[in-house]
Amino acid sequence: MESGTRERERLRWRSRRGLLEMDLILQRFLDRHLATLSVEDTQAYDALLDLPDNDFLDLVMGRAAPADDTLGQVLEKIRQS
Amino acid sequence: MTLSRQIFDTVIVGGGGSGLRAALQLAEAGHNVAVFSKVFPTRSHTVAAQGGIGASLGNMQEDHWLWHMYDTIKGSDYLGDQDAIEFMCRKAAEVVYELEHFGMPFDRNPDGTIYQRPFGGHTQNFGERAVQRACAAADRTGHAMLHTLYQRNVRARCQFFVEWMALDLIRDYEGAVVGIVALEMETGEVMVFQSKATILATGGAGRIYQSSTNAFINTGDGLGMAARAGIPLEDMEFWQFHPTGVAGAGVLITEGVRGEGGILLNANGERFMERYAPNMKDLASRDVVSRAMDQEIKEGRGVGPERDHVLLKLDHLGAEIINKRLPGIREIALKFAHVDPIREPIPVVPTCHYQMGGIPTNYYGQVVVPRGANPSEPVPGLYAIGECACVSVHGANRLGTNSLLDLLVFGKSAGDHVSEWLKTHPRHRDLPRNAAERSLERLARLDSTAPGERVTDVSADMRRTVQQHAGVFRTGTLLAEGVEKIREVGQRARSTTIDDKSRVFNTARIEALELENLAIVAEATLVSAQAREESRGAHAREDFKERDDKNWLKHSLWYLDGSRLDYKPVNLQPLTVESFEPKIRVY
Ligand SMILES: Cc1cc2nc3c(=O)[nH]c(=O)nc-3n(C[C@H](O)[C@H](O)[C@H](O)COP(=O)(O)OP(=O)(O)OC[C@H]3O[C@@H](n4cnc5c(N)ncnc54)[C@H](O)[C@@H]3O)c2cc1C
Repeated sequence: MESGTRERERLRWRSRRGLLEMDLILQRFLDRHLATLSVEDTQAYDALLDLPDNDFLDLVMGRAAPADDTLGQVLEKIRQS
Repeated sequence: MTLSRQIFDTVIVGGGGSGLRAALQLAEAGHNVAVFSKVFPTRSHTVAAQGGIGASLGNMQEDHWLWHMYDTIKGSDYLGDQDAIEFMCRKAAEVVYELEHFGMPFDRNPDGTIYQRPFGGHTQNFGERAVQRACAAADRTGHAMLHTLYQRNVRARCQFFVEWMALDLIRDYEGAVVGIVALEMETGEVMVFQSKATILATGGAGRIYQSSTNAFINTGDGLGMAARAGIPLEDMEFWQFHPTGVAGAGVLITEGVRGEGGILLNANGERFMERYAPNMKDLASRDVVSRAMDQEIKEGRGVGPERDHVLLKLDHLGAEIINKRLPGIREIALKFAHVDPIREPIPVVPTCHYQMGGIPTNYYGQVVVPRGANPSEPVPGLYAIGECACVSVHGANRLGTNSLLDLLVFGKSAGDHVSEWLKTHPRHRDLPRNAAERSLERLARLDSTAPGERVTDVSADMRRTVQQHAGVFRTGTLLAEGVEKIREVGQRARSTTIDDKSRVFNTARIEALELENLAIVAEATLVSAQAREESRGAHAREDFKERDDKNWLKHSLWYLDGSRLDYKPVNLQPLTVESFEPKIRVY
């Protein structure tokens, strides 16, 4: 499980963003979901973290739709957090 | 313990707007440059800037760099150094056009010139009437700037060390800076980076406050590094509060909202800024607006069950303008304030936004410290730029849009100066023995199993203390209590413990190291603020309501060693024009 823990820690650090809005939103999400994310959701979250902050914020705010619908499920969790 | 070592001409700590601008100048001149960043460079906090870059292009109405200079000096409440301010305002058009040529997608007028929007404190003809001076790329100015500069740097083959945290500066026996010690987050490895010149570009430390518009990464690491290396921090009592942070969250509602016609109301529905600033009203400079808001709240005209905020009304602008000119604002209000600004006003409070003080530098970006009779002797090999530096162009209060300008002007200027420096200093100086000792000790403490407090508890206490004791309104008693409390917090910050001892992406360890830096900045802030017995710009003392040019027209310098204060004069002498003598500020 150690590698899983480190993977989650990597995601936790990458959730540090340039926009306070994203910090606040992702912190709520991590607190609720990080410990129990499925493999698919982890991959999807990782992909979202690669987006520029403003684009990520647009997705969370529903101003844009994800290009790839495998991201939809985890995005919904972020929106609800 | 010997650490592995890498060697570069120049090491830049920070991949935000200022670090990238300096890196570009150096990389395009053919030097080998390493840029370090805790996060991917385009995720630096510069990405948050929305309002724009100030430059007197004169595309909307007549404008002149001298008017910009006057606005900046007046905004600074005369604490800004007039040589640096002239330098910046004269270079503004040049650096904006350069950025345009780099590919920055500025908003445009129908005739193809850069569109400029109105902004608080920007005036024509020495305060006569408002002028449109802010160059923007919709509400993504900082984002566009970072991406433009980053692409350009990649092309120039600048080398990036991403997800690396710089821990400490290395100074040799003569005081020259010869490199840094840094930690790679992915492996936990600590390495020495030897350089001929080192540029700190680590951004601000706004996270010392509880209510802050700053992202979590803004922990003042460069200030901590400088202070631990014996370099003083300048004017740390001056923090700009943005008038309009969403109450309870800190998320910024851009000043552009008021530029486009949004107004502030108190509990009686009164547009109170008409009383405080009859000419500029809601567009008066930030400190004037923040203080007015706080006074309304303190005098019982705040809104809400706790009467602890005021309202920002923009529904009269209409849905179309709100959606078109201010696209992000509606969603932000919905998500973080749970109101729809097309129908209801947004609850707002003054929120810490910008650090005017920082590492003392001249307008070449060289870090300068008092030595003998010279108040500003350069530290060989060390530069600082951007929000972590104090040039000082912002003085006691920054004019909106002057920060992005500062990043471009002084990033470029430092890059040019380093290029010259490298010509006359072609060789690396030797590293001192035990170059990494201080950093390794800090890490060893966190690796040890000695009991200690949790980082989150100590940092929450720090933020609360700074907010309560060094907010918009300040009194001697409040500050004196604050100094006591923050010293205790500082002790605690140096004896935290973490459960997770792993080396790989150990966020807890990073946060413990960041907290040490934050605590240093917090102490500098409270000690400097307690000593300054006057009101100037963002530093408003209820017990010393007037600006006191006789005793306090000077910069504070705080030293970590002994928490000692010193002072140096303000440079009132511009480069080519006549001095702007201190006048009472009215808007
Ligand atoms: C919400 C908001 C809106 C703003 N809007 C405007 C505006 O419209 N106009 C304007 O002029 N100004 C604006 N400002 C201010 C301006 O954005 C900032 O002052 C400016 O972007 C700071 O840039 P910087 O290059 O100094 O630092 P940053 O962009 O903060 O970058 C700091 C860099 O240093 C790195 N770093 C920090 N510590 C370490 C370490 N220990 N090791 C390695 N790397 C490290 C970070 O990873 C990052 O890359 C705004 C600020 C905020 C908060």
